[in-house]
This record gives sequence, C-alpha cells and structure tokens, in this order.
Amino acid sequence: MNALNLKKGSTSHSAYNLRSLADTTIESHTLTIMVDNEAGVLARVIGLFAGRGYNIESLTVAEVDHEGKRSRITVVTTGTPAVIEQIKAQLGRLVPVYEVHDLTIEGASVERELALLKVTGTGEKRVEAMRIAEVFRARVVDSTLESFVFEITGAPKKIDAFTDLMRPLGLMDSARTGVAAISRGV
Amino acid sequence: MKTQMTGAEIVVQALKDQGVDTVFGYPGGAMLPIYDVIFQQNDIRHILVRHEQGAAHAAEGYARSTGKPGVVLVTSGPGATNTVTGLTDALLDSIPMVVLSAQVPTSMIGTDAFQEADTVGITRPCTKHNWLVKDTEELAHTVHKAFHVATTGRPGPVLVDIPKDVQFADGAYVPPNKAEIGHYSPRVKGDTDAITALVEMIEKAERPILYTGGGVINSGPAASMLLREFTNATNIPLTSTLMGLGAYPASGDHWLGMLGMHGTYESNMAMHDCDLMICVGARFDDRITGRLDAFSPGSTKVQIDIDPSSVNKVVEVDLPIIGDIGHVLETLLKIWKSRGRKVNSAAIDKWWGQINDWRAVNCLAYEQKGSIIKPQYALERLEALTKGRDRYVTTEVGQHQMWAAQFLGFDDPNRWMTSGGLGTMGYGLPASVGVQIAHPESLVINVAGEASFLMNMQEMGTAVQYRLPVKQFILNNERLGMVRQWQDLLHGSRHSHSWSESLPDFVKMAEAFGAKGIRCDDPTKLDDAIQEMLDYDGPVIFDCMVEKHENCFPMIPSGKAHNEMLMGDASTEGAIDTAGAVLV
Repeated sequence: MNALNLKKGSTSHSAYNLRSLADTTIESHTLTIMVDNEAGVLARVIGLFAGRGYNIESLTVAEVDHEGKRSRITVVTTGTPAVIEQIKAQLGRLVPVYEVHDLTIEGASVERELALLKVTGTGEKRVEAMRIAEVFRARVVDSTLESFVFEITGAPKKIDAFTDLMRPLGLMDSARTGVAAISRGV
Repeated sequence: MKTQMTGAEIVVQALKDQGVDTVFGYPGGAMLPIYDVIFQQNDIRHILVRHEQGAAHAAEGYARSTGKPGVVLVTSGPGATNTVTGLTDALLDSIPMVVLSAQVPTSMIGTDAFQEADTVGITRPCTKHNWLVKDTEELAHTVHKAFHVATTGRPGPVLVDIPKDVQFADGAYVPPNKAEIGHYSPRVKGDTDAITALVEMIEKAERPILYTGGGVINSGPAASMLLREFTNATNIPLTSTLMGLGAYPASGDHWLGMLGMHGTYESNMAMHDCDLMICVGARFDDRITGRLDAFSPGSTKVQIDIDPSSVNKVVEVDLPIIGDIGHVLETLLKIWKSRGRKVNSAAIDKWWGQINDWRAVNCLAYEQKGSIIKPQYALERLEALTKGRDRYVTTEVGQHQMWAAQFLGFDDPNRWMTSGGLGTMGYGLPASVGVQIAHPESLVINVAGEASFLMNMQEMGTAVQYRLPVKQFILNNERLGMVRQWQDLLHGSRHSHSWSESLPDFVKMAEAFGAKGIRCDDPTKLDDAIQEMLDYDGPVIFDCMVEKHENCFPMIPSGKAHNEMLMGDASTEGAIDTAGAVLV
C-alpha cells in the first residue's frame, strides 16, 4: 500500500513504497548502489545476494570518486516486486552503502554495456560481418586477414541482437562488461 | 596522553575511552601483544573463559543485561572461528557486541600460516560489519567505528581483525570524538504523518493488540516505560515475543503472555481475531506467525521498526513506521494526547470480555501428581521462591526454555537473556557468567536442559574462578525434549537419537569444578532444595530430575494457524501434516 504518499526512492524511505507480497510476476530491475570503496565491499554485496538467494543477471563495479573513495555498483537483478523491495532494503542496511537507487522505477534512465566480439571468416561472410557492424555502429579494434574484433556499445538488447547476427558469420569469442546505468536529466 | 602508541596500546586505550570495563577472552599467539598491555593495566577487567564460544555468549549476556556492548578478545584461527556461533546468535537477536580477533602478521596473510584463517571472510555474513586493519594508523579509527556500528540503529555484532605486526607497530591514537567513524547513521525519528495515521487507527480500533518484541528492549529502558504508559492509557491488550519479555511487566493488567508457537491461548487467539495489530520492534518470525496465509486474516497491520528490511519481509503490513521505538512511542503518545486521548472504549471493553473468556481456558494448566516432578511445577516453584528478588534469568534452548518463558514472570526489561533467533544450545551457562559479571550482587539463574548444559559446561570453570554465584537450574529429563516432542508430532514417535545416554553425575561434576551440586527428584522436597540453592553463596548445579515425557503446550504445530493450537491434553500423534512437516 502507498496511502501515505511519501517521498519515494531513497533508501531511508523505501519501506513506505512497498508493493504486494502476493504479486508473483518476475521483474528485472537495474539497481545502482553507491558504496565506500573499502576492502571486501564487493564480497559483502555479492554475499548478500548469494546468502539470501537473490539473482544477479549482471554486475559492474568501479571507483567513481577517487577523492571520496566511493564506488558505484550496478546490479541487474530479477525477482517478484516484494523480493526486489527486500533486496533494496537489505542493501540499504549494509554499513558501507550510501544509497540505493532503483533505476527501473525511479524515472527514465540510460543503460549501456560494452562488448568485444571476435569474428573469424573470409570472403562473403567477412564482408557481411563488416556490413552489419557498420549498421550497429560497432568499431573494428583489431583486424587480421581472417578475423575482426568488434567493439560495440549500447543497451544490452542491442548487444544481444548484434551477437545473434554474428554467430552464423563466425563468432568465436565475446566479452561483455555488464550494465552501467545512470538516471536521465537532473 | 601521548598520541603515539603501539597498536596493542591503541586497542586497550580505545576500549577504555569507549567506557569498556570488562572483556571476555582467551589468549593465543597472535593476540599476545594486546594481552601484554591488558596485563599492565587495571581499568579493564579481563574474564578468562574456557572456550571462545563461551566468551561470545558471556559478552551477549553482559550486553543484554546492561544495554552496553559486550566485548570479546580472541586469537587468530580457531580462536576467531570459535566465536562464529556467538556472532550469528548476536546477529539474529540484535545484540551489540564487539569482537577483537588477532590475525597472523600482514606479511604472512594468504600463506596458510599457523593459526591463519580468513576471519573477515568467514564472519562477513554473521556480523553487522567487520574490518581487517592493515595499518596501525587506522586502528583507533576502526575500533571507535566498530563501537559506533555495533550500537547504532539496529544493534548487532561487529568484528575487528588485527594482525600481530599491526599490534606491535607504532601509530597515532585518536579519541572517540576525533575518530572518523564514517557515514553510518540510520534514522531514529519516525515519520510524523505515519504516526498520525496510526493514532487515527487507534482511535477507531475495536479489537486492537500490541505485539511487541526485542526492539523495545534494545531501544533502552525509556522505551519500555513509554510502552507501559501507552498501553495502560489506551487499555490495549499486549503480547510479546520471546525476545521482548519484560518490556511490559508480566504482572501488568494488559499482559496476555507470550505469543507464538508456545504462546498462550489468549494471546494467539487475540492475534488471530484482532482488527488492528501494532507490531512494536518485532519481525514476524516464523515461530510467531504460524501458517502465513492464515495469519491474523482480518487485521490492519502496523509495524514500527528501526530496520526497513524488517518490513514486508514475510508479512505485508499496511503502515510501516521506520524509526527507533523510543522515539516513535514518544511522538505517538504526544500526538495521541494532543488529539484528546481518544479510544473506542466501548468496543475495547467488549474485546476484553472476549479475551477474558480465552484467559479462562487456563491454557498453561498442568497436573502435578504422584512422585515425579513436572518441569512446569519446578519452574512454578522457582518463580515463587525468587519472586521479588533482584533476579536475572538466562536459558538454554528447548522445552525448558519455552516453559521458562511461560512460567517465569518478568517485570523489567534486560532481565531475561535467551537465544531466540538462532536457538543456540549452550548459550545459557556462558550467558549467565556474563550477566553475573555485570551484576555481581544479583541473583542469576540459568534455566537449562541437561543436553544444552553439556554443550558449554566447561564455563563452570570460569564461574568458579571468578566466584560467580550463578545457579544452573537443570530440568533433567534425560531427553532432547523438544526434539522428542517433534518426533512424536511428525515422525511416528520414532525417537531417533533424542535421548541423553551416559549422562554425567551433575552433583559430582559440580564438586569436581569446585562448585556445589544439588539433586532433587521428589516434589515434596523441591522447595527446600531450591532454597538451599538460593542460600548458597557460590555457583550451584541443580540437577532437577523431571518427568521424561512431558510435552510443551500450548503449541501451534508447524503449518497451522494461531487458532489451531494444541492444548495440554491433546494427542500429539500425527498433529503435523505433510505440508507442515517440511517446515522447521
């Protein structure tokens, strides 16, 4: 229930914005977590997910404020609405956590992921790979006579689509960074 | 005060500045520098336990009975791993505790050195937070921060792991008020709009109930006083979890007894039939709710808790109020008074009529007949003979624990120390040691079962060494009584490994430790024997031989609802169906 109409989104108020425990729809949410960049902080966050049986679809972490020693963790997770709320509350009570934001419900946001794809082949297949790469605005960052390494950035779905197209054209290997996300506007 | 010190001196100075008067510990190789500093001072008393698990539970007993954090010193490797059960216990029951563990020198970390363990890795999921300090300059900050985290917000255990070379090296000492303790500061003030919404509900409620828990006690004695004022002024009936006993006095008019799996008939029925449930510092544990889809089906539920993650974890509440219990109750009273102290008196009187009918069932009734002592009778006599005394009670885990909660009355907070969340057999004896250290002049009793008692019996040595007159009141049924009861309920009375064979002679054991042993197996001699225990100025093991097959009632079998309780005359066979059997 949300009868009180209190401020939404921030960690300290998240308990006021809970949705029905009975809802069994599985949703995917992108959470960003600002943390102290201290030893073991990633293990603490991952351990929470593992220990309480939550899912991690993708996870990225890097220091974003060297001076303030803060890192930003972006987690894409899935669960019922109640589980998602519980994940946010559990993250919010960790000592090194400053704030938790659920970009999926807190208004518009931008999600990007970077991937490197190694595609091998000659002749028509090689030409076709190059042509599709141009359509997707992927860049060639390494080339031999028999292979390309493409760099592509975009929403995870775009990378999925590009990967699917590269598969019959000689996709040998791929590496993805996981999602980095940020809210739109100010 | 000099500001440059060795790491070991920094630790001890930080403890002094945090107001620590007692630490529970056990020395070892990597901890020697700190123990050397402990040896050369007199401000902090060190209590040498017999096993590090004992140190952790003693610190819990100390913390629970004083409201101050309990402090533990242990060495690296096994010293640290032996505290894991105590840390987990304190985490589940929200007990403030600071464990300082030693670690092998930083240069040897990761080399599988002698007595090396990844202590911060092992204890990460069973502490509120933990730290490995690799630089002596960070040590003072970290110890002060550890106390801040352990005692702020929802309290809990923390651990600081200190390598031996960090203890030897020099660094700057900073006092608590100059330390960098970080940004951790959960909100304590409840939202006024939400509290006003609760007052509106209270004004209209026809069948309200207060369901209170350990959070009231953790919030401090003032919160208990506010709870009493509020309950008495509004005439709302009150029940409590195992962890919350004493926050509202058992002798109070509004007390319904404990609720939950072994709670009273009146409290569980009132929870089931209420129209407004006000949960104050409790967390809808599975021992409380019974079958979730039949839990209090017709009520509007309000939850006051300092921890947002406690809200809507298992039971959906209609109105959450996030804040410290004391702060919220203060605001609640203020708003309720300013709006004219209104309640629906006629409806509440009718509600009390219904509750008194349930009370008349007399759900805790039992029959003491014949020559065998019933465990309920033993506790009723213990209660009668110690009532009104300055008394603290700890327990082990099992049937005796539930009977103690049913038959002993607590009129004040911080008087009842039990392992609620984790259910740790072996908790009670060391906890009683910690309580007695904190309250040397008080009567401290550990209500135990013979099997639980054996799990940490080595702490009798600690009790004797420090002349702690703790009374170990063992209800000896030569069975793992609660396990046996469950085997009756759902495993066709096949008592797989649930009896205690080759038990020691507890009287001789007491004497071997240098304590007093008393055995009683005759109901007519029980009062005199208990009196002898109380009169003896020293530790006692009281071996009370009781009925071997007594079951603990009332009971909500797992998978059943609050209004499906089994009463004392019930047949237990097959009481739990297949769906319930898979639950714990």
